[in-house]
Amino acid sequence: MSSVAFKGGIHPDYQKEVTATLAVTPMKAPPVVVIPLKQHIGAPCEPLEGIKVGARVKMGQKIADSSGFVSAPIHASVSGTIKEIGPYNHPLGRPAQAIIIESDGEDSWDEQLKPAGDLNDLSAEEIRKLVREAGIVGLGGATFPTHVKLSPPPEKKIDIVVINGAECEPYLTADHRVMLEKPEEIIFGLKVMIKALNAEKAVIGIEDNKNDAIRVMEAVSAAEGNISVSRLHTKYPQGAEKMLIQVTTGRKVPSGGLPLDVGIVNHNVGTAVAIAHAVREGKPLIERVVTVTGAGINRPANLLVRVGTLVSTVIDQCGGLRDNTLKLIVGGPMMGLAQPNADLPVIKGTSGILALTDEDVYLAERAPCIRCAKCVDACPVTLIPAMIAQAAEHALYARAEKLHALDCFECGCCSYSCPSKIPLTQLIVIAKAEITKAKKK
Amino acid sequence: MDKKLVVSSSPHIRTIESVQSVMTDVLIALFPAALMAVLLFGYKALLTMVISVVTAMAVEALWLRKRDLFSDGSAAVTGLLFAMVLPPAPPWWLVVIGAASSIIIGKQVFGGIGYNIFNPALVGRAVVVMSWGARMAGPIWPQPQPFAFTADISAVTMATPLAAQQEALSYSLASMFIGVMPGCLGETSTLALLLGGAWLYYKGHIDWRIPGGFIGTVFIFGLLFGGAFYGGPFETGLFHVLAGGVMIGAIFMATDMVTTPVTANGRLIFGIGCGLITMLIRLWGSMPEGVTFAILIMNGVTPIIDNFTIPRQFGGVKKSA
Repeated sequence: MSSVAFKGGIHPDYQKEVTATLAVTPMKAPPVVVIPLKQHIGAPCEPLEGIKVGARVKMGQKIADSSGFVSAPIHASVSGTIKEIGPYNHPLGRPAQAIIIESDGEDSWDEQLKPAGDLNDLSAEEIRKLVREAGIVGLGGATFPTHVKLSPPPEKKIDIVVINGAECEPYLTADHRVMLEKPEEIIFGLKVMIKALNAEKAVIGIEDNKNDAIRVMEAVSAAEGNISVSRLHTKYPQGAEKMLIQVTTGRKVPSGGLPLDVGIVNHNVGTAVAIAHAVREGKPLIERVVTVTGAGINRPANLLVRVGTLVSTVIDQCGGLRDNTLKLIVGGPMMGLAQPNADLPVIKGTSGILALTDEDVYLAERAPCIRCAKCVDACPVTLIPAMIAQAAEHALYARAEKLHALDCFECGCCSYSCPSKIPLTQLIVIAKAEITKAKKK
Repeated sequence: MDKKLVVSSSPHIRTIESVQSVMTDVLIALFPAALMAVLLFGYKALLTMVISVVTAMAVEALWLRKRDLFSDGSAAVTGLLFAMVLPPAPPWWLVVIGAASSIIIGKQVFGGIGYNIFNPALVGRAVVVMSWGARMAGPIWPQPQPFAFTADISAVTMATPLAAQQEALSYSLASMFIGVMPGCLGETSTLALLLGGAWLYYKGHIDWRIPGGFIGTVFIFGLLFGGAFYGGPFETGLFHVLAGGVMIGAIFMATDMVTTPVTANGRLIFGIGCGLITMLIRLWGSMPEGVTFAILIMNGVTPIIDNFTIPRQFGGVKKSA
């Protein structure tokens, strides 16, 4: 049984076999963690009272929070002493405020953290509060605070929870391993979500290049009447929210709208596991699975990494970088962000650390557009990338907007498929920024 | 970390395809038709193709002051395509002038690859048809002499099936499919052209819309309005598909990336338009064949087609502008 494929998309070289069979291993606790105050979409956190240089913190202790609704608190991922609070390199580009903690090597948990008790006794409101307090955000990479997605406005009835196990980004295998190793936690986390949303059913979408994961998830969901597994065609960007919802439920998220407009919320498998840990053990989100891979990494691995661990420390544990490494990317090769160095922390949204070599990175000179329309055929949201990019290059942002530039979610398929190596995605991103800027005026 | 790392915008991996690889695929796709031309029309066809390709590459290299003759391969494609729509044994100077016109008037004056409005090879053909009409039409067409590489093909000439119904009736649909009939050196063998088209389709360089729209329209038009001179309406429809330049036009000329629409619906409209104009010229125009001008006219309206066929975005409700 195979699902209908979405329109467009590409078939890149997935390179997942490098790490797909490697079990997740916990990384050695780092001597120092750098915990940015902004690790989610929304308002950044402020250090809590008493969180200052020299203060001692326990593992799992909440150290920063924000009064904004779209926000998630931040917890210490080691026990130790606060060494510094100040700006530090951040995966999203600009240095950002961070709390730097020196580990005492004890990893002693905050005693106040307690399991939430039986799921049956928890109300939807209690679940939302608990998920928020655990600092859980979307672990697929977008890092949208999870409790917000569990709090739909009352006029929007949510009937289906779609769980993303597609992991369509090439190279990454973190979600794949989580599905193989923590299937029961995923189901439990999913039940928590269903309860919080009062949803009717849930679908777990998995690409058919992960047949073992499909089998495992089918086995654990068999006993649940309202949870099913949807086998998806392997095609990038299958895991993109709109594409995933279309193929698993047949519903189309409207342009400019959200999944909840069609009665759906969408969460990542890793997020479900984080919720399970928060409910059952009372543990906040202080670690995540990261795929460390690429031809530039000496010993690729799937690691359980504490939030705040420096990328350089992670790479060292994987045998360091090869000499011909040309690009260091946080995230996957299609949507991840290239970094100038490894002196930056792993954050809640870091799904992968990827080192590409001079053989993988194609630095060809740009040629004129030959109007081959390969970008048109690749675009999953049926845009004409070549035209938008051309408008952007001529600073014709009103035209770019008319060509629906704002519907682009930056999957990178157009740039990937361009034989002339035109940075189409980048040009569209520029157009989007200019259009949004003009609207704010 | 003292390594120099590259920082650039995502995506960080790219297809290995390039303009050069696309052009090379087109050359590979033209190989069956080129081989067939040599098998049917002998060494003169080979000579015509060589002169045309070399001229096109040399003129482009001179114009761009580049030492690299092959470069992105587009000049070689234009040169070969231009040769394919010439009679099998034209005078050498006509080939040189036509190929040079293709590159200069058809392409470089607009700004080179990617910027030309009209199909360069067909611009070259239009130039020689206008300038030396008597050498490009009329009873000038050598009869194919299969496997006679060194034969003097100019000895026996005739009109093409399209120009004279008398001639048409002497070729079965099967021999027309294989290509044993008079015509331009690369256009006669539907079989060879289809093989090339299959390769381009497999490599993802063409889709069904332009060739399908073009060939389908020609067939339906021939069936409805072609009369029954070729045995019956159905046979006449097929005749119009197999005769003349429809196959090479639909598979190789109307699918030229630069000069055709980028939108999916635009491509279909373009193909149908080409078929329509071809048949209007064939049935009611003053010339026996209309493929060249049909495609050139549609090239001219390509920007308009693109602008009117921008698709609705995913989940979009309003009709787009």
